[in-house]
Amino acid sequence: MADLEKETNGTNGTNGAHTTDAPVKLTRQDFVSDQEVRWCPGCGDYSILAQVQRVMPELNIPKEKIVFVSGIGCSSRFPYYMDTYGFHGIHGRAPALATGIKAANPELSVWVITGDGDALSIGGNHFIHAIRRNLDLKIILFNNRIYGLTKGQYSPTSELGKKNKSAPMGVIDYPINPLSMAFASEATFVARSIDTDPKHLTMIIERLARHKGSAFVEVFQNCNIFNDGVFKPFSERVVRDERMLYLEHGKPLLFGKNKDKGIRLNGLHPEVVQIGESGVGTDDILVHNESDPEPNLSYVLGRMQYPDYPVPVGVFRAVEKPTYEDMLEDQIKRAVAERGPGNLSKLINSGETWVINAEGETV
Amino acid sequence: MSAITLEGEDLQQRHLEELETVTIRFAGDSGDGMQLTGTQFTATSAIIGNDISTLPDFPAEIRAPAGSLPGVSGYQLNFSSRDIRTPGDEPDVLVAMNPAALKTNLPDLIPGGILVVNTDAFVEGNLKKAGYPASPLDDGSLSGYRLFKVPITTLTLRALEGVKIPHKQQERSKNFFALGLMYWLYDRPLDPTLRWIEDKFSKTPDLAEANRLALRAGYNYADTTEIFTVHYHVGKAKIKPGKYRNITGNEATAIGFVAGAELSGRPLFYGSYPITPASDILHELSRHKNFGVKTFQAEDEIAAIGAAIGAAFTGHIGLTGTSGPGIALKSEFIGLAVMTELPIVIIDVQRGGPSTGLPTKTEQADLLQAMFGRNSECPAAIVAPATPSDCFQMAVEAVRLATKYMTPVFYLSDGYLGNGSEPWAIPAVEDLPRFDVEFRTDAEGFYPYLRDERTLSRPWAIPGTPGLEHRIGGIEKQHITGNVSYDPENHDFMVRLRAEKIQRMAQDIPPIDVYGDQEGKVLLLGWGSTYGAITTAVEKMREKGASVSSAHLRYLNPFPKNLGDVLGRFETVIIPELNLGQLAMLVRARFLIDAVSFSKVKGKPFQVTELIRKVNEYL
Ligand code: SF4
Repeated sequence: MADLEKETNGTNGTNGAHTTDAPVKLTRQDFVSDQEVRWCPGCGDYSILAQVQRVMPELNIPKEKIVFVSGIGCSSRFPYYMDTYGFHGIHGRAPALATGIKAANPELSVWVITGDGDALSIGGNHFIHAIRRNLDLKIILFNNRIYGLTKGQYSPTSELGKKNKSAPMGVIDYPINPLSMAFASEATFVARSIDTDPKHLTMIIERLARHKGSAFVEVFQNCNIFNDGVFKPFSERVVRDERMLYLEHGKPLLFGKNKDKGIRLNGLHPEVVQIGESGVGTDDILVHNESDPEPNLSYVLGRMQYPDYPVPVGVFRAVEKPTYEDMLEDQIKRAVAERGPGNLSKLINSGETWVINAEGETV
Repeated sequence: MSAITLEGEDLQQRHLEELETVTIRFAGDSGDGMQLTGTQFTATSAIIGNDISTLPDFPAEIRAPAGSLPGVSGYQLNFSSRDIRTPGDEPDVLVAMNPAALKTNLPDLIPGGILVVNTDAFVEGNLKKAGYPASPLDDGSLSGYRLFKVPITTLTLRALEGVKIPHKQQERSKNFFALGLMYWLYDRPLDPTLRWIEDKFSKTPDLAEANRLALRAGYNYADTTEIFTVHYHVGKAKIKPGKYRNITGNEATAIGFVAGAELSGRPLFYGSYPITPASDILHELSRHKNFGVKTFQAEDEIAAIGAAIGAAFTGHIGLTGTSGPGIALKSEFIGLAVMTELPIVIIDVQRGGPSTGLPTKTEQADLLQAMFGRNSECPAAIVAPATPSDCFQMAVEAVRLATKYMTPVFYLSDGYLGNGSEPWAIPAVEDLPRFDVEFRTDAEGFYPYLRDERTLSRPWAIPGTPGLEHRIGGIEKQHITGNVSYDPENHDFMVRLRAEKIQRMAQDIPPIDVYGDQEGKVLLLGWGSTYGAITTAVEKMREKGASVSSAHLRYLNPFPKNLGDVLGRFETVIIPELNLGQLAMLVRARFLIDAVSFSKVKGKPFQVTELIRKVNEYL
């Protein structure tokens, strides 16, 4: 075997970490690992990384208690860039790893970084089940509507008809809506944000972090190499106010530069109305309730798409439910209370036993 | 021999005849409670001091149409006054609760064997379902057996008159009647089963009463009607002094992992997805939460192992269990565990394959899957228990090796071991050596892939430890630092290092023992569940003076250090396996010897007689 000496390009280790004995307030820099970030210049991933690193110190969680878990794809390189514990998994399976980590040690703050292909295609099953169990996981889905790492094939969120490497004549798979999937999986926290609005993104990531239970956010993320500008038609600064809807709990769903447009329900269907026109007043506008026990209205909002509707971002749903890991710990406590702490000798001697004595007699 | 029937029997003086070994098979419809009958007979026999070995045989369908051939469920047990290791080749006694059970099991009954049938079930509909044009009870076709025709259902109902449960439920007690009958025939006490009934049905006293009455009625019927002219006694076996319990392989596996985790000082996390024949392990482990055992029933096989790996990352003993098809699904994650060098154990309770195959039947055909069934060079350790009770010790071993060498370990059981049972000499907990794991805590000089010189294992540094924040993953690691590395030299080095690490384990596993002469003509080399049949065959042949020895592998990757040496001391090495020669292929490749593969893939264990026949070809 060749004798390979350690090279010195980084340590993947301590990075001169602050220990957290003293209540030293961590800074954004404390969460920056020594690894060189290797996303394409201009990629939306940079913004998401920066906002996550910005939010981290605010949470007052010692960084050794934080674990970032990912699958495969451009976004899934994320854990390497965070100076926390990290696990770069296999394609689509980050929720499975994260489930084991969180269930085994509920004290850890566990984050799942995934993409549209990773979470909704190859990992669809794990995505559904991690969410429905309501493990306290923070799931950030980078949705760029394309496969970046494998160089430009369509993803499960690519628009119908879009032409790309694996669909030269246009995509004929109907896309899936990540938010609809989260609602259908009984998520207790569902949000959406966008890479180009750092302030909003920071706010949403902080909300995500503070939710107890499975928390899901879809982040529109620009892949400037294979799908550049896909969110531009509604997210560009000049049109944003008219084409996006910023959800706020307890507030009417108003948008437009002058907040003069709103969403009204017509039966089960949302419709865009102009305040002041045909007798429409602010009272007619749907008021957003993120803590509604039923997700029906949030689901309706989650399906609104440009150009028929403004694209909503913000917190769609935030409700409390006991978490999987708490219920699991509770069962363990109950088992100990009822039967006493595990006693190996008692366990192996359980059931019908008999003794053969030195004379070979059964007693 | 002519059939002896109730009507035609001469009433003779009945006496007690001594027998050394008896093999009984209870067979009936899957709703007839044959598994329960079998396990009760087993428990009683064990308690009165016989050596025992059992083999349940159930259909893949939970309730195939009543009375149909696929719906037959059987339970075979061998009990003896000498040391036994197999459930017996062919039954001496067959209890057939319906025509389908008779049809499927009769071919195995030894000529002249005792055949007890429930005549009430031999009605036109059932006969037709079993494919009998006329009742075999009346056409003389069973004249080669000692046939006892007993109207078991009628007699059960008569005994239960006045018990306040519906007629249909009364009928269900007929298995206890059959059990009582067999208890008389083999001179067993009723007390253990009576105690069991009381305990089991404490909340339904009417059912308890029904089963008690049926059991007693069966016993008394045999005693008073003199249907049997003789009954038999099988004496106590010479069993080493100690405390015993009867245990199935799956039970021993489950509590073995609880023990392994306790001895390592870390809690157990079990991720699993229901699959035959491994589900019992999930059921058993989920009952032991007071040990801090966390069981996670995952959405699929992949998530089951993924969660186990995640738990191992946090410092738990990560365990996942399945059967062959589940291993196929877990393969990619096993690769990740090899790459990230985390200690997990993968239980494979092997079954007939490929694909869905024969879910309830046994096979040993996943050895090469465990060895090679992943992309690229992806070595994992492999251990395999030899008997149902050995499942306990090998589970502890799997945990010890996984944690010491920071690597995935396969644990290859099979359907026969998992469902089969034998008495287990319960070890004293104090005698089980501890192997407390140590986590890395010191940040000074920490690198995630810095290695222990002797074992080549990397440090186990768990989240929550200040100063050791690091990242692991499936991309190739730079030696020592664990950084992502695409360097060709480094990759070559790491591939060899991972292989070397597994080979180093040989320094930590016991040498293989030879049973019989240490050198000679023929060596039977086995692994896994074939232990009982191979050892019994060798024992019998040696009693007749043959130069035959055997050796049994419980560690398959790496092999024990002395294996090559042992193989070289015999003229012929025969490797019996329930596959097409997988160990034989490994042994031939590794040791360049002309080993003979003796294979069988019928979903059934080897019979002692067929092994003896094979060995005789080489003597
Ligand atoms: S391919 Fe696209 S998503 Fe991937 S790093 Fe480059 S810009 Fe970002």
